[in-house]
Amino acid sequence: MFKVIRNPSKTSVKKAVSKSDPAPSRWAWRMQRLMLTPTFRFGLRVGVPFCVTLLAGTIYLADEGRRSAITDAVADARASIEERPEFMVKMMAIDGAEGALAADIRAAVPLRFPQSSFDLDLAEIRKEISALNGIKKASVRIRPGGVLHVDVTPRVPVAIWRSADGLALVDETGAHVNEVSSRAEYGHLPLIAGQGAPRHVSEALRLTRTATALGDRLRGVVRMGERRWDVVLDRDQRIMLPELGALQALERVIALERAQEILTRDVSRVDMRLAQRPTVRMNEDATREWWHIRQSAGQ
Amino acid sequence: MMDLYDSQRSMRHMRKLAMQRGVVAILDVGSSKIACLVLRFDGAGQLDSEGEIGSLAGQSGFRVIGAATTRSRGVRFGEICAMGETERAIRTALQAAQKMAGIRVDHVIACFSGGEPRSYGLDAEIDLEGQVVSEQDVAQVLASCDVPEYGEGREVLHAQPVNFALDHRSGLSDPRGQLGNALSVDMHMLTVDAAAVQHLAHCIKRCDLELAGIASSAYVSGISSLVEDEQELGAACIDLGGGSTSVSIFIKKHMIFADTVRMGGDHITSDISMGLQVPTANAERIKTFYGGVHATGMDDREMIEIGGETGDYEHDRRTASRAELIGIMRPRVEEILEEVRVRLDAAGFDHLPSQQIVLTGGGSQIPGLDGLASKILGQQVRLGRPLRVHGLPQAATGPSFASAVGLSLFAANPQDEWWDFDIPADRYPSRSLKRAVKWFRDNW
Repeated sequence: MFKVIRNPSKTSVKKAVSKSDPAPSRWAWRMQRLMLTPTFRFGLRVGVPFCVTLLAGTIYLADEGRRSAITDAVADARASIEERPEFMVKMMAIDGAEGALAADIRAAVPLRFPQSSFDLDLAEIRKEISALNGIKKASVRIRPGGVLHVDVTPRVPVAIWRSADGLALVDETGAHVNEVSSRAEYGHLPLIAGQGAPRHVSEALRLTRTATALGDRLRGVVRMGERRWDVVLDRDQRIMLPELGALQALERVIALERAQEILTRDVSRVDMRLAQRPTVRMNEDATREWWHIRQSAGQ
Repeated sequence: MMDLYDSQRSMRHMRKLAMQRGVVAILDVGSSKIACLVLRFDGAGQLDSEGEIGSLAGQSGFRVIGAATTRSRGVRFGEICAMGETERAIRTALQAAQKMAGIRVDHVIACFSGGEPRSYGLDAEIDLEGQVVSEQDVAQVLASCDVPEYGEGREVLHAQPVNFALDHRSGLSDPRGQLGNALSVDMHMLTVDAAAVQHLAHCIKRCDLELAGIASSAYVSGISSLVEDEQELGAACIDLGGGSTSVSIFIKKHMIFADTVRMGGDHITSDISMGLQVPTANAERIKTFYGGVHATGMDDREMIEIGGETGDYEHDRRTASRAELIGIMRPRVEEILEEVRVRLDAAGFDHLPSQQIVLTGGGSQIPGLDGLASKILGQQVRLGRPLRVHGLPQAATGPSFASAVGLSLFAANPQDEWWDFDIPADRYPSRSLKRAVKWFRDNW
């Protein structure tokens, strides 16, 4: 009975107090007002998550081991994709070049197969191959099946250029193709010489083609003073051609040879540099002989 | 007079700040409940862009976005008597209103009914210096009003110029720019107990809020429950509150008298509580459910369970007939209304052209009150409900919210008071630039 009386009185007092005062405490009231402040709400919604994330990220990344673990994981994931067999390049195929040139290409692009296609820089490979002497044009692509396909157009040598450094093959644009050790290897190609000769290979070729009318007497053509051509024949004969109209001048000489056998005679130079006055320089013996003849003829 | 200017002007400044922020709280500190409305101002003034009064009688400039009421504590006769309790009750109401509005409120405009308001009629007349009435002349005539000795420890709550007269033309609302020789003004001044204002201001300050205005609830309930022509032609608004009954008389849209009867609904409740021997809470419930002032034969047979919490079965199962209840209520209601009649007679209400009386406030919901009031107060009695304003919840549209709604109207469109006019130049500090300009203008 004692208990019964005592307890309800306690609880009822408590109940009455809590019921009669629904007012917020001063701090609850201030808190509510703070939470209704727009700036504060924005700070809570944006600033606090931002700061917490930043702090957590900073703390996590402050450790060297965790940073390297992240980079390793990224690298592993990357490698696992790159090294799939679908992306592996197993060999290099070269189209349009054989022998020494193909060996040159392989030497220029030292790749160790198999290799992932992500690691191949095709533009760089193409640049390196195109930089080779004997290559005119190159295209590089990765063919399905893991083949690095190199398509090259080699330069075609059209003449041999003799310079102080030795013999070299040049193509029709005058570009260097290859060094050669002896003239006999490329006997069918015309010989050109002189400084700046490779820049005018096409003119030299036209002159040579015209000069075939002289038979096997032709030795080659020489660029003189980077300006004009000399046609060199055997017996140290030279046909000196003008700067302009060299082909016509050569054709005139060939016509003279046909009509008067001018080159068969004992002359050392046929000078066509002045078109209106072709000049012939005779050899010393021939000159002396000619003097004798003129004196004996009494002139 | 200057300190009054200063405190009222600083409140006006607060109100301007609150309008700029666009949110202000309305607090009606009553004896039975504390009502709080949160208003948001949309900026539309009384007149719209075409110069016409907009919808809802031009009251669409604001919107109620939060409303809350709580049981009042620590307030008796409309005056704060236990500040801690009242402060907590204000906090409760404001917290709920803020929560509903979802916005923080920093400025509060409050009204209360207590403090024994007393009305004074002031007048003054000056000769104009020029022919045209300037703002300085208006300031001058307002400043030259004879302020009566309203007593120590009282403070001016309202001081409104009611009427301007120029020579013999009376009834001017704005004399500026008109021609004449003598300008006179009639002013209505309402003073209240300074301690009541201070207590209220202190409670609001304790809640970390700024007081942006203060009004008498007699005035604001008149604003909300009298319709426009009643305000124009003359009417009395009787706000039957919990602890006090406020009386205000309006004519030409100005309040000319206000007073309070220190009796209200709580006294009726306590009469019932004493008469029927029931707790106050039960008495309040019985009053609101079964109350009335006219007993009929039917009421003798209608038995009311008056209840009780004593645990004594016989005591808790008592019943009383409704006629008994009415017999308890009616004398007190009559007493209140007769006291109101005395106040109205003292104010000379029967000399007014229109004798309209509007009953509002929570006490006006007693059934049959209008019949009883018309016997005591006069034939033209009606029950008034406050004007409808934007966004006001249905629960807060009853007559007991007349002063809260009126206070929001007052907050949106305050009437010009004494301190809203210019200070006359000769009352400026002696080194003021305006004073120099005035002197220059007068002498050259």
